[in-house]
Amino acid sequence: MRKTANQLGWLFVLPVVALVAFNAVIPLMTVVNYSVQESFGDNVFFWSGVRWFQEILTSSRFHEALLRQILFTAIVLAIEIPLGLAIALAMPRRGPWVSVCLVLMALPLLIPWNVVGAMWNIMALPEIGLLGKAINALGITYNYTRQPVAAWFTIVLMDVWHWTSLVVLLCFAGLVSIPDAYYQAARIDAARPWAVFRYIQLPKLRYVLTIAILLRFMDSFMIYTEVVVLTGGGPGNSTTFLSIDLVKTALGQFDLGPAAAMSIVYFLIILLLSWLFYTLMTRNEAK
Amino acid sequence: MRARYLVPTIYIIFLLLPIYWLLNMSFKTTNEILGGFTLWPHSFTLENYRTIFTDPTWYNGYIASIEYVVINTILSVAVALPAAYAFSRYRFLGDKHLFFWLLTNRMAPPAVFALPFYQLYSAVGLFDTPWAVALAHTLFNIPLAVWILEGFMSGVPKELDETAYVDGYSFWHFFIRIFMPTIAAGIGVACFFCFMFSWVELLLAKTLTSVAAKPIAALMTKTASTSGYQLGLLAAAGSLTLIPGAVVIYFVRNYIAKGFALGRV
Repeated sequence: MRKTANQLGWLFVLPVVALVAFNAVIPLMTVVNYSVQESFGDNVFFWSGVRWFQEILTSSRFHEALLRQILFTAIVLAIEIPLGLAIALAMPRRGPWVSVCLVLMALPLLIPWNVVGAMWNIMALPEIGLLGKAINALGITYNYTRQPVAAWFTIVLMDVWHWTSLVVLLCFAGLVSIPDAYYQAARIDAARPWAVFRYIQLPKLRYVLTIAILLRFMDSFMIYTEVVVLTGGGPGNSTTFLSIDLVKTALGQFDLGPAAAMSIVYFLIILLLSWLFYTLMTRNEAK
Repeated sequence: MRARYLVPTIYIIFLLLPIYWLLNMSFKTTNEILGGFTLWPHSFTLENYRTIFTDPTWYNGYIASIEYVVINTILSVAVALPAAYAFSRYRFLGDKHLFFWLLTNRMAPPAVFALPFYQLYSAVGLFDTPWAVALAHTLFNIPLAVWILEGFMSGVPKELDETAYVDGYSFWHFFIRIFMPTIAAGIGVACFFCFMFSWVELLLAKTLTSVAAKPIAALMTKTASTSGYQLGLLAAAGSLTLIPGAVVIYFVRNYIAKGFALGRV
């Protein structure tokens, strides 16, 4: 759409800027402040330069948490994006069942995150949970509070349960927006289903898939509540992801300096990767 | 029924299983839960729900959650409306940078903000009120609302605005009487998303409250960890948190797919 140049636009966005600045700029400055200072309590601070950053970037605890985080996000994206796409392709596009499907699928998205954790906790309990009991009945020893592999399996399954619907809904929205004429043309050319998918549906889905991958990347990289409720980061440290590690350092041990430095590094990683991905996707579009 | 519908059907069954299990647990007595594995409640009881509805610490948690979610939704959408209009209609100094800056706040991990928010809201005297949580949640809800509304508004041709001005409408008269009804679906979807993200977020909600404004879902895990393992009660409280979500989905069911694509498909 052509837009008119109008500096009065600033007046319209002023309330938004004021509110978000209050919520984002002040806390962010606090974090920056802590990250370059040392505190011995009683609100006495000393300048410490980049020491905390050096400490964080070389600490093996941070490296391990980061590695676990990257692994988790990669697994979750590799499952949820293709699965969500496949389900959206198989769904009916019209008729009375569409609303029913969409409403049922959206349900997990509206459950408070620690209820999701509690729900899977109840589901996976080895003695009385449906999942735990079923797996143990198959002859596989399964106890997610003791075995790291079982804990990972449960968390990944929980995340797939929780968020695949988001991908489905996005892809579905993209699919229904493709005009019928495209499919008619494909039928005239006797295109095979694969060709229809590859040359009609996939290109049309590019925009929604970008959003889906971006949202899933950001949110899985920030995962906290569900995992804390389910495993508390354990067994051992095997499911301690970045947010969990950060909250442990900041609110648990009250190590303000390292926690603040870690916050900044963490935020910058997300920002950088999101920006990179977004520019790559939109640049291809412009070509 | 064609074979390909099998995939969505199996998926929906997979989605409903944990929900069924939660409901199942909520209708069981503690004895039955600890006694062994049963697929449905053999001694059906409403005792768990009765406890929640008669104990003020429980139902107040419910009220507190609804309070901050509603305040947040109204606030976010109200300030996002004019901003989204400006982004969709006007070019002004720094508009693109501003838009991107807003979106970066959606990318900020809440864990980063937990401690500074605690200090900030204690300093301004809002700690442990619904307002603290409502304001904190605008951090990610305003960018989202602006994004969604901008998408829907850009779908409305600019001729509508121009015709209205030619007909002698003042800006606000046009905006409230003509423009807002035109994008009613978009406003509904934006409200839905603000409601959703405020309702499900708990890290900040938990950090910013202690007693008076504790959200129901945070209360739940606290009870479970302090007073032994009351699984039935926990399940009942969890089941009750499903209701508001189910109600709001029902209202936006026809726009839900378009809404998740942020109004841009």
